[in-house]
Amino acid sequence: MIPDMILFILLAIVAVTSALGMLLSRSAVYSALNLVLNFGTVAVLYLLLGAPFIALAQITVYAGAIMVLFLFVIMLLGVEQLRKGSALPWQQTLAIISGLLLLALTAYVIFIRPMTLPQVSPTQLGFGTPGAIGEILFNKYLLPFEVTSVLLLVAMIGAIVLTGKREPKTKT
Amino acid sequence: MWLSEAVSSGPQFFYLVPLVVLFPVIGLLVNTAFGGRMSEKAIGWLASAAAGLSFVVAVLLGISLLSYPEGAVVPIVDWITIGELNINWGFQVDTLSVTMMLVVAGVGTLIHIYSIGYMHDDVRFQGDPGRYQRFFVFMNLFIAMMMILVSADNYLMLFVGWEGVGLCSYLLIGFWYDKGENGIGNAVAGKKAFIANRIGDFGFILAAFIMFWVFGTFEFNAVFELAPEVASLFPAAIVAITLLMLVGVTGKSAQIPLFVWLPDAMAGPTPVSALIHAATMVTAGVYLITRSAALYNLVPQVQNIVALVGAATALFAATIAVGQFDIKKVLAYSTISQLGFMVAAVGMGAYVAGMFHLVTHAFFKALLFLSAGSVILGLEHAHHHMEHNSQLKLPMDENDLHFDPQDMRNMGGLRNRMKISFWVYLIGAIALTGIPPLAGFWSKDEILTDAANFNPLAYWMMLAAAFLTAFYMGRQILMVWFGKPRSLPAEHANESPPIITVPLIILAALAATGGALNLPMWHTFTHWLEDSLGHLHAAEFSLQIAGLSSFLVLAAIFLAWLLYGRKYQAMQELPPDKRPDDPLRPILGPVFNALNHKWWVDELYWTIIINPYVSLAHFLADVVDWRFWHDWFHDTVIVGGYNKLTQVLSIQIDLGVIDAVANKLGDSVKRAAAKWRVIETGYVRNYALSFFIGVVLILGYLILR
Amino acid sequence: MVPIQYFIGLSAILFTIGILGVLIRRNAIIIFMSVELMLNSANLAFITFARMYQSLDGQVFVFFVMAVAAAEVAVGLALIVAIFRNKQSIDVDQINSLHG
Repeated sequence: MIPDMILFILLAIVAVTSALGMLLSRSAVYSALNLVLNFGTVAVLYLLLGAPFIALAQITVYAGAIMVLFLFVIMLLGVEQLRKGSALPWQQTLAIISGLLLLALTAYVIFIRPMTLPQVSPTQLGFGTPGAIGEILFNKYLLPFEVTSVLLLVAMIGAIVLTGKREPKTKT
Repeated sequence: MWLSEAVSSGPQFFYLVPLVVLFPVIGLLVNTAFGGRMSEKAIGWLASAAAGLSFVVAVLLGISLLSYPEGAVVPIVDWITIGELNINWGFQVDTLSVTMMLVVAGVGTLIHIYSIGYMHDDVRFQGDPGRYQRFFVFMNLFIAMMMILVSADNYLMLFVGWEGVGLCSYLLIGFWYDKGENGIGNAVAGKKAFIANRIGDFGFILAAFIMFWVFGTFEFNAVFELAPEVASLFPAAIVAITLLMLVGVTGKSAQIPLFVWLPDAMAGPTPVSALIHAATMVTAGVYLITRSAALYNLVPQVQNIVALVGAATALFAATIAVGQFDIKKVLAYSTISQLGFMVAAVGMGAYVAGMFHLVTHAFFKALLFLSAGSVILGLEHAHHHMEHNSQLKLPMDENDLHFDPQDMRNMGGLRNRMKISFWVYLIGAIALTGIPPLAGFWSKDEILTDAANFNPLAYWMMLAAAFLTAFYMGRQILMVWFGKPRSLPAEHANESPPIITVPLIILAALAATGGALNLPMWHTFTHWLEDSLGHLHAAEFSLQIAGLSSFLVLAAIFLAWLLYGRKYQAMQELPPDKRPDDPLRPILGPVFNALNHKWWVDELYWTIIINPYVSLAHFLADVVDWRFWHDWFHDTVIVGGYNKLTQVLSIQIDLGVIDAVANKLGDSVKRAAAKWRVIETGYVRNYALSFFIGVVLILGYLILR
Repeated sequence: MVPIQYFIGLSAILFTIGILGVLIRRNAIIIFMSVELMLNSANLAFITFARMYQSLDGQVFVFFVMAVAAAEVAVGLALIVAIFRNKQSIDVDQINSLHG
């Protein structure tokens, strides 16, 4: 109980800190690296929650594939220093106030309002393993799984079309 | 040989009957289309040939009727089919219709031939030779229409002919439409004839409507078969039909009260007067009553009315004829009078006598008119000749510039200058007055005999009319032909050419011998018509009546001789300013004036009918239509009101309300948009913030509610 | 075992940070990364509830979210590249031609 708690608190602190780092850092590269750290922390949290397959997929897909793609794009476009000053004076203030309000609402729901959450039972053996996930994925969710492949194909084609070289014709 | 074949083959010849209509139609079509390029002679002879061929067909029909006297109905085509009503265009071939065909085509042909000569001169005196063609087109059209009238097998087809001859009459009365009083006199005469006929035709149409309502058919045979049954069920219907038909007859056959158009109809060329207004068309009424004998026999009270109308007309018109000076007007009133005889005869049920008189009258009245035309032509010739001859110009005085070639006071002594015309005229006059053994005597005597048996009142009226007939004819003969010429043209008049005199001689022969049709001993005509009209009684010859009428006629002629043979000649010696124009004037005084003015019937009609009608029409047109309807109701109420309404609608409603609302709406939308466009910053973060605030608010509401 | 509420709270904090990133930052790439962060926090909530209900459906759903996120990243980054080509900038405030 207590080691779990300590581990969670540590992980939570790292996750929030890295997220804030992502949010606040000047450079896009630092933001990306902060985000990688955040994703890794969250992956450990997944393990903690009995989802080893998802945790590994998280590291592979997010930290491995997506964030690398981000870094490539950042390097491709160059790290741009944006102009200071915003065209929207109230934007930042309103956003922070709304965010705090959302957090307050969440806190109210979770901690103050009496909630009847079911007692968490210990994890069964084999819960969340690749075998179990594969079992349910290829039986119950076969059709969405196949549709996912189409989705990925479309995304690939869309990316190629969007970034592909245009004919000079569009200049006109 | 051919004729014997016709006699034996009989009914086949009945199918020739459409040709009696077709030939004149062909004639008129050819003359209409090609007349402009044909010579006058060709036009005239073509039209005459068309009429002549019709006559030949009628003769063939007559011959085949000798062996098949029951006749036939020859249907040609379905004419009108409306629901139950089915009207054929069919021809009735029986002894009655063929008699009419023979008269119409026979007399018509002679008058056509006569017209070739007469119109040749007439169109030149009147100054428009181009109308020669039109004259013969109208004449052929008349023959065709008259044939349709007499050959119809139903009342509706008869009505087509009835209207058609009325149209031809109108066209030919107004033939010289630019002549006459004030340049419109002839046109007015034509209009008068047309309107008077229209009043009569209206009666005929109403009769036809009632007939359709009661009988459901127009065919002669069907109607006559049903008639007795209908008469027992709705006696009033038969009375109404026959009375309304009588209205039609008074219009077409110029009976009281609608006779006034016929004297004015003399405005037409003289052959027209002879053919249409003496021999044929005006007798259509007599034919109609004879044809409808089966109906009239059922209603004796109506027959009585018909007889009295006829007899009264006979007497009334005969009195007027005494006071006329126009040679054609005298004959016109004589025609009305004789038509009165016929109508009276058919009204009394003496159909044979009526038809007999119709036939003989067609001969001698056509003859009289045509001879009068010859006289008029002679005088016009002489007058025309003198006007253009400087040597003869000296004796002419002012009066001669307005020379009227139809005025009998300008005539006199013509018997020496126009011998043929004189003799045929004399024959016609004797036939008309009824001196035996000429045609008029036999037919008139038969009418009088029937009248003596059936209707004493009509008998005495007609006897008086016969007396007057003899008197005015004697007066006319003496004024026109005897004594000394009373004008220069009369002194120099010449006989007309043979194309005019030959038809006169033929007609004179017919007028002289026509009485042989129905001599009291044999009753040929009676038996002939019996095949069409059922059993007819034959009037027995009465020596008493014949003697009385002959005595009256001779007495009248003697009286006429006293007045016009001796006294009139003696009066010529008096100086012109003291000389009365007629020996009767000093004797009868104002009565003669009344006769001369036709008893002021025209003036009476003007006073009691036409003037009020015209005033009413003026009132309706000026006050009701123009001022009330047009000025007030239309202009003020409708147009003004509409204008006001549109003004209110356009200015107050449209501009003030609708446009204002629309404009305010648009303006406010524009203003609101101008204010609200600030919200649209175009920054995607801004929109996302709106989402987020919305999400927080909604979540807050859901959680905290 | 750590109470479920803690995980949900962490998820909410991460989600809020993601939202603030989207709303505050002007760099298109960082906005995009914030979106990924939000997806991740949602995934964390899914896994938490899957654990709570002992049901694998939540985990499978996370799997699909990952697939969608991968596709989204591919298309989104391609869009950013395309925008950069046109505008020579990845500042989202420069792209405001829809303003009223």
